[in-house]
Amino acid sequence: MLAATDLVIDIPERKSGTPLSFDVKAGEIWGILGPNGAGKTTLLHTLAGLKKPRAGSVNLNNHNIQDLRRKQVAQQLAVVFQNNGEGFPATVLETAMIGRHPFIAPWDIETADDLAIARQALQKLELSNLESRLVSTLSGGERQRLAIATALSQSPKLWLADEPSNHLDLKHQVQIMGLLAEQADTGCGVILCLHDLNLAAHWCDKILLLYPNGEACWGDANAMLTVPALERLYDQKLSMISSEGQTYFMPISSRT
Amino acid sequence: MAGAKSNNNTASLPRFFTPLLVLFVFTLGALTLAITTGSVHISNQELWQVLHGGGEPLHRTLVFELRLPRALSAFAAGGLLAVAGALMQVLLRNPLADPYVLGLSGGAAVGALVAMLSGLSAAAVSGSAFIGAMISAVTVFGLAHGTGSWTPTRLLLTGVVIASGWGAAITFMLAVSPSDQLPGMLYWLMGDLAYARSPWMALTVLAIISVVMLPLGRSLNVLARGQMQASALGVSVRPLEWTIYISASLLTAFAVTTAGSIGFVGLIVPHMLRLVLGNDQRLILPAAALAGGALLTLADTLARTLIAPEQLPAGVITALIGVPSFLYLLHRSR
Repeated sequence: MLAATDLVIDIPERKSGTPLSFDVKAGEIWGILGPNGAGKTTLLHTLAGLKKPRAGSVNLNNHNIQDLRRKQVAQQLAVVFQNNGEGFPATVLETAMIGRHPFIAPWDIETADDLAIARQALQKLELSNLESRLVSTLSGGERQRLAIATALSQSPKLWLADEPSNHLDLKHQVQIMGLLAEQADTGCGVILCLHDLNLAAHWCDKILLLYPNGEACWGDANAMLTVPALERLYDQKLSMISSEGQTYFMPISSRT
Repeated sequence: MAGAKSNNNTASLPRFFTPLLVLFVFTLGALTLAITTGSVHISNQELWQVLHGGGEPLHRTLVFELRLPRALSAFAAGGLLAVAGALMQVLLRNPLADPYVLGLSGGAAVGALVAMLSGLSAAAVSGSAFIGAMISAVTVFGLAHGTGSWTPTRLLLTGVVIASGWGAAITFMLAVSPSDQLPGMLYWLMGDLAYARSPWMALTVLAIISVVMLPLGRSLNVLARGQMQASALGVSVRPLEWTIYISASLLTAFAVTTAGSIGFVGLIVPHMLRLVLGNDQRLILPAAALAGGALLTLADTLARTLIAPEQLPAGVITALIGVPSFLYLLHRSR
């Protein structure tokens, strides 16, 4: 669905980087891991066509995403940003409704169907009772869920989410990851920037490791998530714990 | 706003329709008041006769040659400014933005003062003001565009600096002007409709831009969430921002050309409407055209009657009405 070909993301002050070539297929969940400043967000924005690559190309269903009209892109691909809630005051329902924007012709206004889709998305994220609240009055976690509800009402084929578990409590982290997995099961491609190795280990099929110097490697999750690779990635000692058939990574701190 | 699918959206249309109807009635009321009040009072009945081709000749002259053109000019200028302000606030995503924030009024004022100092006619003053406003708009846009990055902050900062440059030029010109010309200049700077005679150009621009903005309203709503978010939702951000910038500049240039630099309408009217009606630009833009127009019509009526036969600049009245009512709404809001 979304393919990168010899892609080099454009980060100022970075000389070069491993050209990325991968193909996100329907039903796959990709996790992008890397330390702060490695370029996870830039990569995600480049994949969404919001930022021009330095070299190579991103293809959405075999069309170069830079050549497509933004509206065509938005009808297939939704982006969940890291910072939400900027801009003018708006209610929760209005915010979820803007996810329908790419599907409404300029002279039309939202139909009852659009409203139903937005309401359904809010319900799915347990935000129905906040429908008429102003976004500025929501907590960080509620805003994060609203951003995901907005993307959900965009009914995308491809999800690009920048740290979707940000600000979320444990229950909602699991709920959101479950929702994204459910989307993948119905044939969507999902790409996530993640900080939480354990969420990555549990939910992602494919992992892309992005090093601060621009190097990168990618592949099946269980092949990529090894202690030596991750220790080098984060420059941090890690230990791996197995419990009930699952793998967990914990940082080893010097404090005893 | 009604499209092919309008049969499906029974929920949305009254939401737009009722406030606009109320504002339309309010506007008609304001225009009627403006035409009937003054040194010679015209009753509603007499006005009716005049509008149907009857009535006394004096009344006919008063209505068709003095009061109606002036009232319509006031309406057009107010509407232009309020729509321009609403657009600028979305473009810059800054609630403090008004039509003048990018230095348009300063450019217009310098143009107008230069024409006045050269002893040119009223029409030349208007033309010169328009040219000044457009020079300012192009300068700010070109400088803010500069090396390619084009952020609201950068645009805003460029505009503010250019505006203070114009401010210095205005002060300089006032300082060196002969004292007999000063009152006329000060009135122009505060906004004055005493010489507004032909509203048609301004009204036409207001109508055209309002229609152009109708299908863009929803995109503006999305743009208000930020450039990235808008782009991710399928808005072609750069062309839309250019359209807004050019439209707002034209609106403002025609407004200052008609009425001088009238303050507060462009800042306060969109905010008052947002506090009452919410933040849907598809409703706010036409509502701003009506409410801004009606407010300035009323302000101008007060300006020429309060201390009659002397006249006040209308800009003074808009500030006197605007400030307390805005503070009240702000205080009352959540």
